[in-house]
Amino acid sequence: MHIRIRPGHGWTALNPRVLWAHRELLYFLIWRDLKVRYAQTALGAAWAVLQPLSMMLVFTVLFSRLSGVPSSRVPYPLFAYAALLPWTFVSNATSHGAYSLVGSAHMLTKVYFPRVLIPIAAVLSCLVDLLLGLTMLAPLMAFYRAAPGWHLLWLPLAIAFATVVALGAGIWIAAVNVKYRDVRFALPFVIQLWLFASPVFYSADQLPERWRWIAGVNPMAAPIAAFRASLLALPIDAGLLWTGAATTLLLLTGAAFTFRRIERSFADIV
Amino acid sequence: MTPMIAVRGLGKQYRLRGRRAAYATLRESIMGSLARRGSAAQADRVFWALRDVSVDVAPGEVVGVIGRNGAGKSTLLKVLSRITEPSEGEVDLYGRAGCLLEVGTGFHGELSGRDNIYLSGAVLGMKRREIARKFDSIVAFAEVAAFLDTPIKHYSSGMTMRLAFSVAAHLDPEILIIDEVLAVGDAAFQRKCMGKMEDAARQGRTILFVSHNMAAVRSLCRRVLVLEGGRVVMDGEVDAGINRYLGAASGSGANQVDVSTVDRPNGHGGLLFERIALATATDRAVTAAGGGLDLEIDVRVETAVNDVEFSIAIDTPEGVRLSECASSVALGRIARLEPGAYRLRCGIAGHLLNPGCYLLSMIARSGSRVIDDVLRAMPFEVEWQRAGAPAGREDLQGLVRLDSAWSAPEPIGD
Repeated sequence: MHIRIRPGHGWTALNPRVLWAHRELLYFLIWRDLKVRYAQTALGAAWAVLQPLSMMLVFTVLFSRLSGVPSSRVPYPLFAYAALLPWTFVSNATSHGAYSLVGSAHMLTKVYFPRVLIPIAAVLSCLVDLLLGLTMLAPLMAFYRAAPGWHLLWLPLAIAFATVVALGAGIWIAAVNVKYRDVRFALPFVIQLWLFASPVFYSADQLPERWRWIAGVNPMAAPIAAFRASLLALPIDAGLLWTGAATTLLLLTGAAFTFRRIERSFADIV
Repeated sequence: MTPMIAVRGLGKQYRLRGRRAAYATLRESIMGSLARRGSAAQADRVFWALRDVSVDVAPGEVVGVIGRNGAGKSTLLKVLSRITEPSEGEVDLYGRAGCLLEVGTGFHGELSGRDNIYLSGAVLGMKRREIARKFDSIVAFAEVAAFLDTPIKHYSSGMTMRLAFSVAAHLDPEILIIDEVLAVGDAAFQRKCMGKMEDAARQGRTILFVSHNMAAVRSLCRRVLVLEGGRVVMDGEVDAGINRYLGAASGSGANQVDVSTVDRPNGHGGLLFERIALATATDRAVTAAGGGLDLEIDVRVETAVNDVEFSIAIDTPEGVRLSECASSVALGRIARLEPGAYRLRCGIAGHLLNPGCYLLSMIARSGSRVIDDVLRAMPFEVEWQRAGAPAGREDLQGLVRLDSAWSAPEPIGD
């Protein structure tokens, strides 16, 4: 075994082979995040379901009953819940990821491992909450007598899509937060704005058909549409999906670049 | 033989900003880049925490790294353990490296002892199967078997420390990089840690050991690097290196030092210290805690001097003067010393110094004028030895042990 340490040695930390070699550590970090998150909580993992569920109730009253937002012929609570699942996941994962590196400062300055594992673990630990939230969908759909179709087979892809978006946002902001603590103040309200800019309580279908692809510029739009398509058998706009994929790829590349650039000085400035 | 660690021209540079902010804010950064465009902004001051460090460490070598605070020891370890990138030069590590810059890295208070063993083990670079295999041995060494399922936030700090060191001690890397881990925990635990590290050294592991504890460096290492201002100023034998670090005038850890040839920057006035010797059990300058210091000092008087007083001062390596013991207290001033060679004895009462490293200085005055002084003439260590140990625990804090009388608690009544 031979390790060479030199100034600014390229991309090693984001090298998939290096990440694969540390998969066990990643597993332990995810497991730690989960255990710590629900330690000393009375309701424990029920929070994973309560969050999107209560949002669904608020949205139903506000937007369906009071404002009459159309929900593409699906009962509005289902329509909202199918979008709230990926939204809750991505927004929680982004903020967990954002604070993860700064919160692990004691580790960053004392031991070496690929730093990117920390935001990745933070994001993936939120994925477990998403899976818990999904189980709540079964009684909801039974209540509204909505049976899932073969589209359900697309669900893993929709989840993967949302995960990549969450990874991109989480890793990017985590790195920026190490250098600029402004993130702590900006992030909560940026996430709020992001919620309103994303088709969570409304649908991108409200745009004219030839402009729908533009909605994909928001990387959250495509995963939400994909969730609705697979869970509720709603149609999905191909243009939106493609723009979404392109933006997400851009997001992930940007995250990797930023992370690598700032990573060099993590231990010195965290 | 190929080295285990090869360091070539290593340097680490830090930028000191005008306003030293630990981290920037977005606004400062934007304004800063605008300003730089506008004028040739004042260059940030550059500070080399490490410079031109080149060292080869052979397999099985145990090397101590010593130096004052800020000499670059920690930076060197951080670069070697890949926590921070170097600014120049390169390092080759030919083996799995385990770094212990802190005991308890990766511990989380909310998790149980069992969970923390796995987590900390994984963070330090162990595979899950490896941790499972060593689990029982880790628990046994740490003596926490009864509390394995308790969150460690309820542990005493001693227990946490034992558990943390135990995980780290089972790392079994080919290269072990250790920073001051021994500076924590109670005395018994420190001895246990030292034993574990001596085992590692005996098993032929390559060890890089940073410490302020000269006794530990002496017993563990066969070679030391002395760092000063980010550079290696000495690389070689342990005794010489330690003396260099302590700023000792001369000597090699022996219990007597010939100081007649030591430089006298202040000049001298007719009287010269020639030799100082400390009565010890062996020929090394190591005394047992609780015992006194018995010193023998030889002086040569070249021209007659009047109104003379001799002093022995005890300093810490950090430059704190613990005490000055003057001959005039017992003898009064010596009216006149004719030319010739003299021997003085000085006994300093025991039960005073805590275990550690100290330095003896010699001063001679005529009237109030210093006629000769040899500062930091002889370093010596005070060791805790079972036989003749003073009352009280080994790990009582502080530099000195003051005698204290206590009465048993009595009810105060109304």
